[in-house]
Amino acid sequence: MGLMFKDETYRGDFTFYNSPEAIRHFPFPFHEDKYMYAVNIEPHTPGPKGSAYEFPIDIDEHYVSDMRDRALVLQEDPLRCQSLPHMITAEWDLVELLMTSMSDAYPEHFTLKRNGDAWHWINRPMGIENEFTFGDTSTLPYPPMEYITRQCQGDFCLLDQRDGDLWMDSGMVTSQADWSLDFDIGMSFKEWHAPVPLAHEIGVFDRALKFLLAMQIGRPVRRLNWTMTINPRLDTSPENYHKWGTDRTTVTPENVGDKVHLRVELQALWRLPRSNAIVFSIRGYLIKMRELVTIPKWGRRMPRVLKTLPPELAAYKGLTRYQDMTIDWLAKYDDGAPTSPGCFPD
Amino acid sequence: MSAPTEIRVRVAEAEAVTPAIKRLKLVPLTSTPLPDFSGGAHTVVHYTDGPRHVRNPYSLMGSPFDPSAYQISVLRVPDSRGGSALIHDGVHEGTEITITSPINLFPIDRRARRHILIAGGIGITPFMAMTAQLDREGADFQLHYAMRDRASGAYWKLLKSIYGHRVHTYFDDTNETLALTRLLDGQPLGTHLYVCGPAGMIDWVLKTAREAGWPEENVHFERFAAPPPGKPFQVALARSKRTIDVAPRESVLEAIEAAGIEPQFLCRGGACGQCETAVLEADGTLHHNDHYLSDDEKASGKKMMICVSRFEGARLVLDL
Repeated sequence: MGLMFKDETYRGDFTFYNSPEAIRHFPFPFHEDKYMYAVNIEPHTPGPKGSAYEFPIDIDEHYVSDMRDRALVLQEDPLRCQSLPHMITAEWDLVELLMTSMSDAYPEHFTLKRNGDAWHWINRPMGIENEFTFGDTSTLPYPPMEYITRQCQGDFCLLDQRDGDLWMDSGMVTSQADWSLDFDIGMSFKEWHAPVPLAHEIGVFDRALKFLLAMQIGRPVRRLNWTMTINPRLDTSPENYHKWGTDRTTVTPENVGDKVHLRVELQALWRLPRSNAIVFSIRGYLIKMRELVTIPKWGRRMPRVLKTLPPELAAYKGLTRYQDMTIDWLAKYDDGAPTSPGCFPD
Repeated sequence: MSAPTEIRVRVAEAEAVTPAIKRLKLVPLTSTPLPDFSGGAHTVVHYTDGPRHVRNPYSLMGSPFDPSAYQISVLRVPDSRGGSALIHDGVHEGTEITITSPINLFPIDRRARRHILIAGGIGITPFMAMTAQLDREGADFQLHYAMRDRASGAYWKLLKSIYGHRVHTYFDDTNETLALTRLLDGQPLGTHLYVCGPAGMIDWVLKTAREAGWPEENVHFERFAAPPPGKPFQVALARSKRTIDVAPRESVLEAIEAAGIEPQFLCRGGACGQCETAVLEADGTLHHNDHYLSDDEKASGKKMMICVSRFEGARLVLDL
């Protein structure tokens, strides 16, 4: 048995939805009834079967449609994929990480055969097969990072480590929550985090940077981040703000359940062996409010989190305009009962 | 985060490269290959001999492209605290030891258009892996390697045979000196400088480069301090509610580990910052021997790198 890949859209008619299995698979990010920034980094070790944490790289029912949406974004805006020349070794490190992770976790869909530097990759859901020489860019149809990230869900940034800092020197970013690789490329860790409110003052980035600089090979870590998105749209980039910014004005009390989505990023980081770079993956998940409340615990918790969210955070996440309407819609799912600790459904 | 991942390995070869330097080839005990690494990375060797535990950092000097084995070089330091001598004398072909997963605190800057590597003595080891990597990646590099004499210098013949004119050697006993000012003069923009060797040499290279106007971010060095011995003292651990004795030839980190507590560490040489510990109370003088804390932080007396720094006085309380 394997995954059943759905045919759905993240633009135009927005046919994206989650099956009941995908709802249970969703990485709900709130472990209690309120939210505040924390350096919530934990080891990226296998989680419960069926969860988004089961495998190091998560492939789900949306895979084929995600990859089609990425190709559309790149066709309109090739600058969503950029890599500075000194990152080529890190690009190959990423090819190895993704191909081995995907083929180990989903052997029915992906196969990797290695014989020294002679590699053979088969991607069945996308109908891709290539024999290539590891380390020789001329043997692939795209540069190595672009090649493999056109075949893997989630955005990817490759961070170079030098001078006691991390530098955003490479990335494939087509499904972002309102940030731009083209703007951030070449920036240092604190430069690209500069717009985030509150967190600098409480020292979150000092601690996070120190932690990341010391990351070890074979010890990946992860954290969750979240925001909300109107319509199931993967590409909420600043470049396309004119296409999606006005979506926020279309929310009405009647359509909250279908229009308002919780957007969760499962951010995982690995130290790459040959380049000493770090890969920062940002795997986005979308869930409609109507789907979210099918898990009673999440239905109770979500309005409580939104009610107690600091206004700066609500503004930064861009949800001020429809926050109250969403709380009102969710209110009928909160019977006031206590919720159990942790993120998983009861 | 806990201490680094540990890997059990067996010594497959132990070769006396010079009277004082032993090269160890380490292979994994299982069929799982060792992790790939990047030039400049080190591992911490954990060797146990009866009650004595030695944990010393060593640069990985084999090719980063050969995960079947790691290579390190152990210099027998005569006036050391005995750790390097213990490993040098006690480890033979067939000995099983524990090492940590590789960590790189001395990475290549891949933006460089040219790499100038300067090694003194045993400081050659990280450059063994770096040259292999730079050569394979087709980078422009040159190695300048200073040694006491031809007999005590390690690997210089090997390096010359592989990299030819890109390797320059300097022997003290025949009064050959590296003309550093001239070397640094007229290098093209985008040249990066790397130095590893005795403290005096590193200081000299850094100072000369600074005076020649080199940007700090183009100059890289690896400086592991061995924990210096000193007077014994006691340290109270606030969180674990214990008091530990630190012996003259022991570091705080080692004393705490011997008591069964496992603080974080990566380099054990005052460079990486992982074992930074909050000082809650210090009635006496902290001797900061690290290269990590800023002068202001050292003066504040609120932090201590427990891998190399010591204390003299009535009472020291750490947040551990």
